[in-house]
Amino acid sequence: MSDLATVTAGTEPPPLQVRLTRADLVRYAGASGDFNPIHWSDRVAADVGLPGVIAHGMLTMALIARLVTGWAGGEPSAVRSLSARFTRPVVVPDDDDGALIEVAGKVREVISDGGRRVAKVALTASCEGNAVGRGHAEIVLAG
Amino acid sequence: MPDTSFIGRSLDPTPPFQVGREKIREFALAVGEGSELCRDLAAARAAGHPDLVAPPTFPAVFTMAVMERLLMDPVFGWDYSRMVHGEQSFTAHRPIHAGDELVSTLHVDDLKSRAGSHFLTLRCEVADSAGESVLTATAVLVTVAAQEAGS
Repeated sequence: MSDLATVTAGTEPPPLQVRLTRADLVRYAGASGDFNPIHWSDRVAADVGLPGVIAHGMLTMALIARLVTGWAGGEPSAVRSLSARFTRPVVVPDDDDGALIEVAGKVREVISDGGRRVAKVALTASCEGNAVGRGHAEIVLAG
Repeated sequence: MPDTSFIGRSLDPTPPFQVGREKIREFALAVGEGSELCRDLAAARAAGHPDLVAPPTFPAVFTMAVMERLLMDPVFGWDYSRMVHGEQSFTAHRPIHAGDELVSTLHVDDLKSRAGSHFLTLRCEVADSAGESVLTATAVLVTVAAQEAGS
């Protein structure tokens, strides 16, 4: 758990590295109800012109969310808002290694809103060195 | 070409989606969310919550289904097979807990076409059984231009 009392612009939450395999995509499909076959069928992915089966954008966003909830001491309700833009598909090969996703963040500013301190955090997700998503979160630092 | 007359329209509110404890646990496990507030009832209550807390992107579970009602409607004319998710945002008005019954209303905010690709902005307003606002979810969905022009 981090000390949120000392957060200022420029603070960087601990980055996160997560390896996604096909099994993770299948599990996410079941948990989320998003069964779009581009997330599990090579045949369908190729038919629609994708380089391979790709991860759900919402799974990438969930990993971005993990970084901020972990940083906020494991309190999901501290995440007042979260947005993500998916800039490149995350191709997940059908092997044991899958794809390595790295999430990083940086506090842009800390504002005071109704007596609460709120950190505005810029977030990035990358895969094998390529940016795959950018995000923004507003995190309530104190109640 | 999707039907631009849908811009500004809303769908009827959904039947209530009941947020279950096991669904929250299943979702937390699927995304690797380590917070015990999403898994351990005693820990959630000790932190002041009435029940398990949903992870921040949990609303994907019920808002995607609401969006699909529109996207699969042949009258709307959206090419679901070529769709990718461009952007997503969630603004929480209060935390979502197990036991909540949530009603979602979908609004078609915008639809633009550029170079054969279509950009659809959908907004889901989510309220609880008392009618209080819980969440606003916004998605930008994109269908990438097929090789229609050339082939």
